Amino acid sequence: MNGRRVLHIYTWVLIAWLILPISVMILFGFNNPSGRYNQTWQGFTFKWYKDVFALEALTEALVTSLIVAVLTALIAGALGTGIGYALGRFRFRGSGGLNLLMFAAISSPELVMGSSLLSLFVSMGVSPGVVTITIAHVMFSVSFVAIVVRARVMTLDRSLEEAAADLGATGWSTFWKVIFPIILPAVASGVMLAFALSIDDFVITNFTAGTTETFPLWIWGATRVGLPPQVNVMGTMIFAAGVLFAVVANLRSRSKRKVAAAA
Amino acid sequence: MDRVKRTLAPYLLVLPGGLWLLLFFAVPMVTMLSLSLQEGDVVNGFVFTGHWQNYTESLADYQTQLIRSLVYGAITSIILIVLAFPVAYWIAFYGGRRKATYLFLIMLPFFVSFVLRTISWRMLLTDDGVLLHPLKAAGILPDGFNVLGTSGAVIAGLVYSFLPFMVLPIYVALERIDPRVVEAARDLYASPMTSFRKVIFPLALPGVFAGVLMTFVPASSDYVNSELLGSSETTMIGQVIQAKFLSNSDYPSASALSFTLMAVLLIGVFSYARMLGTEDVMKVAAR
Amino acid sequence: MYPTDKPSPSLLRGMTQSRLGRRDALRLGGLSAMGAFLAACGVEGKGKPQASIAPDAVAKFWSGKTQSGKLDFANWPLYMDPKKPELKKFTQKTGIQVTYDEVIQEMGPWFAKVQPQLSAGQSIGYDLMVITNSVQFGQFRDSGFLAPLDHSKLPNYAANAAKSYATSSYDPGNVFSIPYASGITGIAYDPSKIKEPVTSLADLWNPKYKGKVGMFKDLQELANFGLLAAGLDPSKSDETSWKAAAAKLKEQKDGDIVRNYYDQSYVDALGKGEVWITQAWSGDIFQKNVSDGTNFKFVIPSEGGTIWTDNMAIPVTAANPVDAITLMDFLYELDNATTLAEYINYVCPVPGAQAQMKKHAAAASGEDRDFLLSVADSPLVFPGDAEYKRLHYYVNFNTAEEKNDFERVFQPIVLG
Repeated sequence: MNGRRVLHIYTWVLIAWLILPISVMILFGFNNPSGRYNQTWQGFTFKWYKDVFALEALTEALVTSLIVAVLTALIAGALGTGIGYALGRFRFRGSGGLNLLMFAAISSPELVMGSSLLSLFVSMGVSPGVVTITIAHVMFSVSFVAIVVRARVMTLDRSLEEAAADLGATGWSTFWKVIFPIILPAVASGVMLAFALSIDDFVITNFTAGTTETFPLWIWGATRVGLPPQVNVMGTMIFAAGVLFAVVANLRSRSKRKVAAAA
Repeated sequence: MDRVKRTLAPYLLVLPGGLWLLLFFAVPMVTMLSLSLQEGDVVNGFVFTGHWQNYTESLADYQTQLIRSLVYGAITSIILIVLAFPVAYWIAFYGGRRKATYLFLIMLPFFVSFVLRTISWRMLLTDDGVLLHPLKAAGILPDGFNVLGTSGAVIAGLVYSFLPFMVLPIYVALERIDPRVVEAARDLYASPMTSFRKVIFPLALPGVFAGVLMTFVPASSDYVNSELLGSSETTMIGQVIQAKFLSNSDYPSASALSFTLMAVLLIGVFSYARMLGTEDVMKVAAR
Repeated sequence: MYPTDKPSPSLLRGMTQSRLGRRDALRLGGLSAMGAFLAACGVEGKGKPQASIAPDAVAKFWSGKTQSGKLDFANWPLYMDPKKPELKKFTQKTGIQVTYDEVIQEMGPWFAKVQPQLSAGQSIGYDLMVITNSVQFGQFRDSGFLAPLDHSKLPNYAANAAKSYATSSYDPGNVFSIPYASGITGIAYDPSKIKEPVTSLADLWNPKYKGKVGMFKDLQELANFGLLAAGLDPSKSDETSWKAAAAKLKEQKDGDIVRNYYDQSYVDALGKGEVWITQAWSGDIFQKNVSDGTNFKFVIPSEGGTIWTDNMAIPVTAANPVDAITLMDFLYELDNATTLAEYINYVCPVPGAQAQMKKHAAAASGEDRDFLLSVADSPLVFPGDAEYKRLHYYVNFNTAEEKNDFERVFQPIVLG
């Protein structure tokens, strides 16, 4: 059992390593640097939390990121659910090709997708901005949504649909009244995944943004001249929101499972 | 009527998303291929002339960086397997009721922006930073010592960035193993080492494969880690492509390099995927 | 965490009393002692003749354009007092709100970023930008991306600017741009790490500083220093001399002397101790010392440095060009040009600012007065003719092909 102990300790060491830079980020949101450079510890303060939106350009970048992420989540959520449902529910000609396309989109380097989109926009004379960023984000996240939804659809009990049809429901109302509520958790996690992928994306956005700045792009530019502590505060807020959301979602599904088990 | 609807249904469902992928994933690859064969400059415009020398010239200039990137990617994947396997193993077999919590902790970095995480590392490791300054002040390290700017720093950054992508698929594969199989193996082979080598590891192999797939491609095409943690000695092909696109506006040779990188990686990926089947990869990717 | 090892008295003063801090930084930066050098305003070279513009282009662009009360200004970091006193004054006087972004860090990426938008005829989100007289200036100009300036809207410029700017090789007659500031590329170093005085380019090749030398990523800046180190004149160079310079730079790189090639981030790298000695822009080091209480020194190497001019220009697709040109002219009002130069410490395009600065000095007292006098007498801010011979201009290109050859020679060094 000694080996088991070693493994246990090792796991925690690795987790500590994973969390180290995050702790640094959070900590330096409370730093009180006197110059432009937030890199040595110079005292504790809450002032950056108070002034978190004081840097207009940074706030604007964060807002842009949120807008793009919401749009991406909605569009990729809808389109991905369509693909995922079709692939899980029907057999049809062309599904193999579609699978291949999705696989290629998932496994292509981000760099190549970003640069090829830029080459498309350049060739067509399209000007980069929020629209092109959103187009790109939907492109790379739609496959993930589709896969998540498909996995759920494949486990559906076909008899539910048949029962609904026997009761005289049309295909459309069967979908909305019977199927959709069942696959909703999968759709929701697909939508959340798309949101997360979008808000964090740097590489593809860098190629498709033009002069529009998103949160990661602004940080990238600002590293050259010193990051203001507000970046750490916003990073911490996004982190906290993500963690909170995940924990709540997890607890809810756990309590639902308990209810289901009790029933 | 109803039957027509039924046969049409999947196509209607797939159409918007499929078109989106076709227009903004497949078509750009074609425009990029075309651009990679063009000549000209950004002021006077580029013209298609079938100028394949874009490939030979840019490869002649930057083959070192291309090879370096593939080597970094491979080293990263290997280190990841070694680091991730024990963790995945422990969580899968001994995690008990806390499995989900451990996995959640492994995933924590994903809640922080990729760029911000790498910048934090840069801050920790910088020459006069939190880690090195005290050691230098105490005379343990020479004043000129640095971690940043070395291949080691870049590979460490890559390993950090992609660790969860290796832990998860291996965990998924291990978790699927029937505990009775493990017990039987224990009965069959006296030593735990042998049972691990002959039974558990082979069963976990699809997870390892998937992990390699999910880490090798992004690691070898990454440019953020090398840009923030490396130096001109660690330049990766991603930085070259990025600079040619986003600094020199030299679209043709940037496209040529980008296309070459994709061809090399995708050929690898697809032959790899054939070995384990795309379905498995997609399933793992969906987790 | 460890306690800061920065010189806290000067740091505190720098933070609390800007005048005092600037004076300190000036002294610490050794600028007043630098004496022998300087820059001049007019940048000449073998440059090609200006692409002619239609005589009615100015009228065509400006007709029907009116002031809208706001404007977006894209500038480089460390290029204006962080409190933006000039912009506040501008808003008070004209009612025009200015959004000021420090988004330009290197010319190549800036051009590449806005090029697709400008080609598509769309706004880049900025009405005024500061661009260097580099390769990209030519690309902006030749692509027709710059709005022709209506000089009737620039009375202060006509009255106050040094005349030599009108004959620059990159924009003769100031058809598209007027200068924001000129500057010198030299060497900056950290005297706490490098004890002996740095005097020549050879110090950038000194094996003693192995792994602690920073060079610029910008190919022209890099090539200039390679050429000068090889004893060649950048503005008269051709492909043979480029190759010689590249060999010199390669030697520096292969000896592991160079830590990395930097854009604007070199200031940060110097601050973090990542580099001890680096290629640098004159005013940056001054501002870094002011804002962070550091003690870095800036020198012009004995072989000479290079001079460049950053120019204000209006993108053709600007939504608020009238507001932009109003600000351009406002910055040429004597007093505004003077306060700007007092702060950024780059070469001032307004010669009259020297006398004005002395007037400011006379009105001030104590250390403030000393500080202002030292800036007014600094050859870095108001250069004399004699020194100007020691400075070199950028490499010029006659054709796009030449520029491509140049890139192929030097780019592989940066992207090792």
